[in-house]
Amino acid sequence: MKTAIRIILAAIIGLSVPGTRVEAEEVKIAVASNFINANRELARLFEKATGHATRISYGSTGKLYSQIAHGAPFEIFLAADSQRPVMAEEEGLAVPGSRFIYAKGKLVLWSLKPDLFTDADRYLKHGSFDHLALANPKTAPYGLAAEQVMQRMGVLESLTPKLVRGESIAQAFQFAATGSAELGFVASAQIKEWEGGAGTLWEIPPDYYAPIDQVAVLLKKGEANPAAIAYLEFLRSDTARKVIERYGYGVE
Amino acid sequence: MAFDWQPVWLTIKLASTTTLVLLIVGTPIAWWLARTHTWYKQALSAVVALPLVLPPTVLGFYLLIMLAPDGPVGRLTEVLGIGSLAFTFEGLVFASVLYSLPFVVQPLQNAFEALGPRPAEVAATLRASPWDRFATVVIPLARSGFLTAAVLSFAHTVGEFGVVLMIGGSIPGETRVLSVAIYEQVETLEYGQAYLLAAGMLAFSFLVLMTLYLVNGRITRSHQP
Repeated sequence: MKTAIRIILAAIIGLSVPGTRVEAEEVKIAVASNFINANRELARLFEKATGHATRISYGSTGKLYSQIAHGAPFEIFLAADSQRPVMAEEEGLAVPGSRFIYAKGKLVLWSLKPDLFTDADRYLKHGSFDHLALANPKTAPYGLAAEQVMQRMGVLESLTPKLVRGESIAQAFQFAATGSAELGFVASAQIKEWEGGAGTLWEIPPDYYAPIDQVAVLLKKGEANPAAIAYLEFLRSDTARKVIERYGYGVE
Repeated sequence: MAFDWQPVWLTIKLASTTTLVLLIVGTPIAWWLARTHTWYKQALSAVVALPLVLPPTVLGFYLLIMLAPDGPVGRLTEVLGIGSLAFTFEGLVFASVLYSLPFVVQPLQNAFEALGPRPAEVAATLRASPWDRFATVVIPLARSGFLTAAVLSFAHTVGEFGVVLMIGGSIPGETRVLSVAIYEQVETLEYGQAYLLAAGMLAFSFLVLMTLYLVNGRITRSHQP
């Protein structure tokens, strides 16, 4: 009994004395929707390894950027493109020179239904479906890539009336995964995590769209936060790169 | 950049269609609720009022699953030859009717209850048919309730956002209504257009409510002895 009390007392005192151990900080991260699953695992590994805590917000790259531009308290921005992080740096919102590519996105055409098509090219040209989901090309880089793919295949114009736009790639996936839209342009990483596993998948050749370089950047608000710097360091580590690859991304 | 009127017209079209459908569907429900004394009256009132308290995401989530080609409503509409309602204007009307139902039923129910059974009974003694009683006695006497119901359902549909975002798919001319258009413009930093539309919405909403209060005030006063 006495020892128990002593241990509890020691714990209380130990916690209240500063400097007895490495200070655990919290880092606030804004993450593009396509990276949700991979980032969840990364954050867990990071917290375990460093003792820092993470607080993560997800959204389309465009929405997150406009929130950052209006004073959102994020310290790290994991975008789905390279354009917004560059803009953040030009606008003085990000720390110059902190940018790097943490993942290269892969776009796929996917349907919940098994054996929906064997030849994607012919299927898209034939157009015997009601709705094709994609992320909004204006706000989500994966949506822009999807538009480039359709442009290159010469089907963009004929498919325009059938396109339904999710506000982020997560919503585009949700449209396709509930079956509301027969098929959709989604991120490869989303399929990897989908429990059903089944469905029809076309892995789009990389030369059909401009590379989706997903860039991370340290924001001004996180400049002095050791946890923010540690997270970006962790993202470049071999452990993290293996996780990112496993989720269906390319790494540099 | 030219001002894009399409979302404006689409929103007006959606709100008018929804209001019309709601008046047709909501009147019998409100009438029944005002007259009945069955034990499940309260349960039905609670169901009608649900959209007031449910987050739009809950409604949007259920609708997305229900309207999908494999969902219960989706199957029904496919069998009827209408096709799936997801991502269509008709789907938005369906969603808006559910979403704005309490805004029509409650004012009408209040109006019918305030009226009481007497006027219709008197008309019946004068051999007016049930439909005649309703059209020539009840509707004119409850006009303030009808006006409130129509204006509120119109305005509430114009202000709808969460549900439309979840089941609309932002198709220009079909499901990209004003609130979604503004959301996208803010996201893509097109503030010029967003300012115009947002200010227009603000002015519109104010005018609508103001008119409603003025007209209702006049009707109430004209009823005072």
